[in-house]
Amino acid sequence: MSTELIGAYRPGTTLLHRIPAGPKLALVAAWSMLVVLTKGWQAAAACLVVALLIAAWARLGLRRTLKAARGLLIMLAIVSVFQIWQRGWEVAVAVTGDLLALFVVALAFTATTPVDGLLTAIERGLQPFRPIGVKPERVALAFSLVLSSLPRLLEIAKETRSAAKARGLERSPRALLVPFAIRSVAGALETGAALHARGLGDD
Amino acid sequence: MIEFRAASVVVDTPQGPLTVLEPTTLTLTEQRIGIIGANGSGKSTLARLINGLADVTDGQVLVDGVDVAEDGRAVRRRVGFVFSQPDAQLVMPTVAEDVTLSLRRTIRDKAERRRQAEKVLERIGLADRADVSVHALSGGQKQLLALAGVLATDPAVVVADEPTTLLDLRNTAEVANQLFAMPQQLVLVTHDLDLAQRCDRVLVVNDAAVVFDGPAANAIAHYRALVTS
Repeated sequence: MSTELIGAYRPGTTLLHRIPAGPKLALVAAWSMLVVLTKGWQAAAACLVVALLIAAWARLGLRRTLKAARGLLIMLAIVSVFQIWQRGWEVAVAVTGDLLALFVVALAFTATTPVDGLLTAIERGLQPFRPIGVKPERVALAFSLVLSSLPRLLEIAKETRSAAKARGLERSPRALLVPFAIRSVAGALETGAALHARGLGDD
Repeated sequence: MIEFRAASVVVDTPQGPLTVLEPTTLTLTEQRIGIIGANGSGKSTLARLINGLADVTDGQVLVDGVDVAEDGRAVRRRVGFVFSQPDAQLVMPTVAEDVTLSLRRTIRDKAERRRQAEKVLERIGLADRADVSVHALSGGQKQLLALAGVLATDPAVVVADEPTTLLDLRNTAEVANQLFAMPQQLVLVTHDLDLAQRCDRVLVVNDAAVVFDGPAANAIAHYRALVTS
């Protein structure tokens, strides 16, 4: 997956851009339920076609979408081969189609929704839970951190791979995983300190 | 005004207690304060105490009379902090969104937050990058954005912990010019002696203690003597 696209809002004037973040988030949730609950390869294929139309409507661009989905496509290719071997091509199409349909719509959502708007929507939606101890600001912040940490983790993975390669250790899982885990945790601690310094989470 | 009243920091290690900062008493009223010293000497700890990122073991640190240990939240509203690694500080996907995040506590209206963010980005020279992904920025631009996120809340003091360490000459000059042009009081931890030279007062930290406190030229001479002795 590309670090340039995931979680990045791209300004625009499409109807998708204009739908407020709250209702749009509810639509994405409903879409996810629909994709998961409908069975069969025909339904998965139809969902994928609809998802691609939504992506085109959001003006995501085929090249950038493919670039963003590169990692997922490789993983899905492996999963598909396994599914065809174990359970037949119908199941493979159903699984792959469902996952891609969810991914593409999630991509369209993040590309057309400013995170600031998303945070406000989450904060507003969680207000009723405040009396039972839920802190909407913190949940919203955690949500945005998940979105923003993806590109950072991918960057760390890329750098770790390059460092292992430079030392001739590109085939060593230990040389890849240990530094990746350590740097990811260190990065999370630094981000925590930075949020603390900015007074976020104080309220 | 920043006050250290016999502030000390001791941390527990497997080898036993380790003093990170000896009891330190200082009153910092100058507009530009530099902190220089070798790696691991305690200068970052000294800076982090001002914002509550590190806690004193004994003594007190006060900002405008407010004890950091007693009301860290109030102090953090007055003290902004810039790290050497901007990637850790930038938590939102786009430039403008990262600045508006700082404003969420104080401005409820979304459009007003965006307007304020644009004003700060204009001031810092990043207005044309407002809707760009933070990952598409250069190192210098990321550091300027981190500074913009801090300045958006209009703090009285900005503490910058080696903000130019990862930058090339041109970006160092750009970030430094922004830091020294701010109306806020600046506490600058740095290895760059040219930047330290521009400060009104410089503290030299060595082996967990402030060993010199005075005008920049004298402090730099003291530091040079220290590292070459």
